[in-house]
Amino acid sequence: MAKIRLVRMSAYFGRTRALREINLDIPEFNVTAVIGPSGCGKSTLVRCINRMHETVKDARVEGDVLLDGENIYGPGVDPVQIRRRVGMVFQKPAPFPTMSIQDNVAVGLNLNGLALNRGERAEIVERSLRRAALWNEVKDDLGKPGTSLSGGQQQRLCIARALAVEPEVLLMDEPCSALDPISTAHIEELVLELKSQYTIVIVTHNMQQAARVSDFTAFLLGGVLIEFGDTKQIFTNPERQETEDYITGRFG
Amino acid sequence: MKTVEPHVDARRMWRKFKSGAMMTAAVLATLLTLVPLFLVLGYLVKQGVNGINWAFFTRLPRPVGEPGGGMGNAVLGTLEVVGLASVLAVIVGVGTGIYLSEPGRNRSVANGVRFAADVLMGVPSIVVGIFVYAVVVRPMGGFSALAGAIALAVMMTPLVARTTEQALSMVPAELRESALALGIPRWRTSLSVVARTAARGITTGVLLALARIAGETAPLLFTAFGNQYWSTSLRRPIAALTVQVYTYAISPFEDWHRQAWAGALVLTAMVLVVEGVVRSISGRGLRTPR
Repeated sequence: MAKIRLVRMSAYFGRTRALREINLDIPEFNVTAVIGPSGCGKSTLVRCINRMHETVKDARVEGDVLLDGENIYGPGVDPVQIRRRVGMVFQKPAPFPTMSIQDNVAVGLNLNGLALNRGERAEIVERSLRRAALWNEVKDDLGKPGTSLSGGQQQRLCIARALAVEPEVLLMDEPCSALDPISTAHIEELVLELKSQYTIVIVTHNMQQAARVSDFTAFLLGGVLIEFGDTKQIFTNPERQETEDYITGRFG
Repeated sequence: MKTVEPHVDARRMWRKFKSGAMMTAAVLATLLTLVPLFLVLGYLVKQGVNGINWAFFTRLPRPVGEPGGGMGNAVLGTLEVVGLASVLAVIVGVGTGIYLSEPGRNRSVANGVRFAADVLMGVPSIVVGIFVYAVVVRPMGGFSALAGAIALAVMMTPLVARTTEQALSMVPAELRESALALGIPRWRTSLSVVARTAARGITTGVLLALARIAGETAPLLFTAFGNQYWSTSLRRPIAALTVQVYTYAISPFEDWHRQAWAGALVLTAMVLVVEGVVRSISGRGLRTPR
């Protein structure tokens, strides 16, 4: 079943069209990888799914994005509410430098005006850190600044921070590109674990990564969706010549 | 040891000579800058330290000819006027700075505000005094502590606004994005994430602005005016160290000159304390994520 459905969606930066009439069904409780060469619109695509695209000056979206059948660009839809349902992890780990590890995890709840008592808060912090496979490493240092962690830990902290808000979808925009191979392996394992509870869309420029973690793959080129399908099929027997050229390393 | 070609050796000597000459010039220039500073400070201490005693901080000024007395009311007045000015300037200035650094703001409005702030920073302080005389003192029917504070706040606000803007612009854009992506509303993101991250830089800017306006005399001359007695009322004239020093320094009396030196020393010390606080805050550095 499609959790997210893009219907003739185009994205613009001022007059430049970054994405052209994308039609794409993203299945629930699966990992969908978005691949393609630099500048093809991968990041823009996922940023349209939680309405982050429009936070850039002069950026806008045309067409529909349906989340559980409801158009998130419909009239009266509050982007803030959408972002609580569709979490996001960015390329560069960016824990809030003024906050401790536990405050970083709880920030989405605290600043959204949810009144939580200490016990509830501690419970959510622990649950989120466990889901992000970080709990065992930080459980004794919850009061330390988030920036004191290593890069890989910081990225998992950012994942925990996103999960604490209880989203349904998790968008990951090249989450491993700033990390070493071991931290990357951690994050990839995590993605495989999380997909039983979340719908995950992961942007990656690493094709091995896409093959390892995803169930479905979308290949973008120059703002156009060239091919979408089962990851195995895309990597072994793509339908389109461009896809084959890209995954065999002939360009990109 | 390897032998060096003679011309390479000569070139190295020449480079060493140039480096040494430049270094000497830099040290001399530094000394040249520091000498007047220490002369001023040293002379100030020498002249002022005799006038400083407990009575200086606790007593009222005495009439000419009577020994003793102090400038307690002026010390208190300076604290009150500068304190109130800072509160006003922080509220307006930090708010303006946040607006200027918001990515979503109207660009031409922001440029207008920025231009106005820069012009205001360049306005001579006596003009600010006259302006406040016209818009506050006259309608209120007299000089007042409030008018003095407003005059100083007018000078301080653009400084605070611009340094706040600068501190906020140092905050990495990723933090703002991360906060927005968590479903945190924009205003909360600006206040609780971006401004909080820049808090140290903002505090530094506020304290530096405070140190600058604490030494202003001209804007207070026809606003706070000065007062020979204890007063904390916002609606009445109030004494300030700068004005008191000015009045005493231009008087023909020996006692008053001594008091003026002491007042100048106290004022300088107050500013230096603020600067020290600034250094201890900013010395720890703005923690930014790698």
